[in-house]
Amino acid sequence: MKADPKGVLTGTHFIDGDHACCEGALAAGARFSAGYPITPSTEIVERFAARVPLVGGTFIQMEDELAASITLQGAVWGGAKAFTVTSGPGFSLMMEHIGYAAMTETPCVFVDVQRGGPSTGLPTLPAQADMMQARWGSHGDYEVIALCPNSPQECFDLTIKAFNFAEEFRVPVMFMMDEVVGHMTEKVVIPPADRIEVTPRKHTRKSAEEYLPYGTNGDLVPEMAHAGEGYKFHMTGLTHDERGYPNMTPQTQDKLVRRLQNKIRDAADRIMIAEEEGIGGADVIVVSYGITSRVAQKGIDMARARGLKVGKFRMITCWPFPEKRIRELAEKAKAFVVPELNLGQMVREVERAAGGKARTIAVSHAGGSVHRPEEILNAILEATR
Amino acid sequence: MSELVNPVERFLRTDRMPHIWCPGCGIGTTVNCFARALIDSGIDLQSLALVSGIGCTGRVAGYVKLDSFHTTHGRAIPFATGLKLANPKLNVVVYSGDGDLSAIGGNHLIHAARRNIDLKVICVNNLIYAMTGGQTAPTTPGHAITATSPYGAFEPSFNLPHLLEAAGAVYVARWTTFHVRQLARSIGEAFQKKGFSFIEVISPCPTLYQRRNQLGDGLDTMKYYKEASKVRNGSPTSEAGLTMTGEIVVGKFVDRERPDYQTMMTAQMTESLGERYIRPEMEHEEEGCGVCG
Ligand SMILES: Cc1ncc(C[n+]2csc(CCOP(=O)(O)OP(=O)(O)O)c2C)c(N)n1
Ligand code: SF4
Ligand SMILES: [Mg+2]
Repeated sequence: MKADPKGVLTGTHFIDGDHACCEGALAAGARFSAGYPITPSTEIVERFAARVPLVGGTFIQMEDELAASITLQGAVWGGAKAFTVTSGPGFSLMMEHIGYAAMTETPCVFVDVQRGGPSTGLPTLPAQADMMQARWGSHGDYEVIALCPNSPQECFDLTIKAFNFAEEFRVPVMFMMDEVVGHMTEKVVIPPADRIEVTPRKHTRKSAEEYLPYGTNGDLVPEMAHAGEGYKFHMTGLTHDERGYPNMTPQTQDKLVRRLQNKIRDAADRIMIAEEEGIGGADVIVVSYGITSRVAQKGIDMARARGLKVGKFRMITCWPFPEKRIRELAEKAKAFVVPELNLGQMVREVERAAGGKARTIAVSHAGGSVHRPEEILNAILEATR
Repeated sequence: MSELVNPVERFLRTDRMPHIWCPGCGIGTTVNCFARALIDSGIDLQSLALVSGIGCTGRVAGYVKLDSFHTTHGRAIPFATGLKLANPKLNVVVYSGDGDLSAIGGNHLIHAARRNIDLKVICVNNLIYAMTGGQTAPTTPGHAITATSPYGAFEPSFNLPHLLEAAGAVYVARWTTFHVRQLARSIGEAFQKKGFSFIEVISPCPTLYQRRNQLGDGLDTMKYYKEASKVRNGSPTSEAGLTMTGEIVVGKFVDRERPDYQTMMTAQMTESLGERYIRPEMEHEEEGCGVCG
């Protein structure tokens, strides 16, 4: 369906990534946010608090991130599209409820504007060190989707995408920004509402008698109902059967947890978004994401100026990991260079997918600033040796 | 002869029986009172949602035939807050244990009372963490033996009505599982209030608390509740502290008016924004849902 024009601020704006993310959420139909202030993410909910009363929705500042991360889920089951916004320390507190959203199949979006860690770390400076946490941070086996924007424009566009994926797959989507993307100001074009595609909630059309809250018919994503509609359904974070009733047997566990995994894995090709350029015939492929991809571009340009054949692979979808494509590329290129603002997180995935077919060179950085393009150039040079 | 049907049966998911609660447990009694209150108040069941946390009491959500949410440990109140704010037409009940609500969820409890979110909270207080095997809770009275206070508890315990009154609840009452009629009436009264209502039910856990403290079985506990309870409606909550074998002050302690969260939000937004303010519920009334298409 098309976006509700009330939430769409059509026009050309000069805003930062945080503000653009908020506008993306509004355009996607988010009318509820629960938050707890934390740098460098707060501007998103500050703007939401100012904008949403004019659009017909609610912002509530909760007492902590544990509360925020489940209040938004209550709102989803009450019929709203909802999200929360945080950074490292708050993201850590939200982990239990990311697992809860995965288990209960609550469509929602968690925005993490990454800063340097561990612990309080570097409140005002960038990092990309929550990438593994976004994937594995809550206990148990589950799958999420994570998207990484590299510009304010993408903060707008991909936030809409994040909400759309959340609804399509009934899964919590991690929107992994970083301090630089969040605070960088650039041109952001917001199209008219009728040019914005919004995925509706997968709401059941069945009667209360026929409806099975966690029943699926082949496509692995169950249909949802909201409180107050007469379905009188039950929902729990315990292992549950198709009726949503607790059922603590290995058989039910196996069926449920595999479905939660497969509904994402089976659709990985559809979820995968990446930017490829100059891949054909490249000896070295630079794999990057988020703000680092912009510095990487500089390093790639410098290497190409020296006549080296360097390709660019920018992950926009980081989870599920673009495993298949990396495996294909490993057959063609000699090496991958993987710069990221952490001491080596996504590079492990690249290395695993490459399976020894191509060398993998990490360009690590502890966070607090971005790489210098020369660091990436040097890694490319090393890769060609 | 027609078969006798328990009148509360239609409020229960009979396909989930038998339940997990032990013989002599007080939780089932509270559910019976809750169902009675639903019958007596004639409340619309379609717009009623029930939210629980984790614990023996937390399992209530799984047994009532309502839209029911079994959330995470301590977080029933914030989940219920989101549910209520997203759909203000819902009547939202939070049904959970003393540990869930006042220990791990204690921060949410006081803040929801402060905000005066329109929630009806039923707190089954068995004075321990029962589900995990009977460990000390913030409500455990002094000297009580629990799994983690094998030599007797010595931390001062919460007087929940006092805490909730101070935090801002508009309705605060306490009963025991002996006071079934009074409890059902209190739940009915809470449904009439707009704002944060808190009903504490002192309830036996014969399996863990009573047994460990040699307080007898379920029947002995009923006798104790009957004899030690003093009905003192309107009593200062500061005088409602509990001890292991002493007096239990019960009654309705607080029944006052304060604008609830949504009323205050609407008033403030209207004051600042005038006609530009779009109330969330107006969105719900509009043609075509912006979420489901
Ligand atoms: C985050 C988390 N910590 C601990 C637990 C283990 N746990 C389950 S129930 C419970 C205590 C429940 O006590 P109470 O709320 O008083 O409920 P009761 O069982 O007494 O009715 C605990 C500690 C959990 N499920 N989740
Ligand atoms: S352990 Fe205690 S509280 Fe839990 S069901 Fe048994 S008697 Fe009730
Ligand atoms: Mg308890």
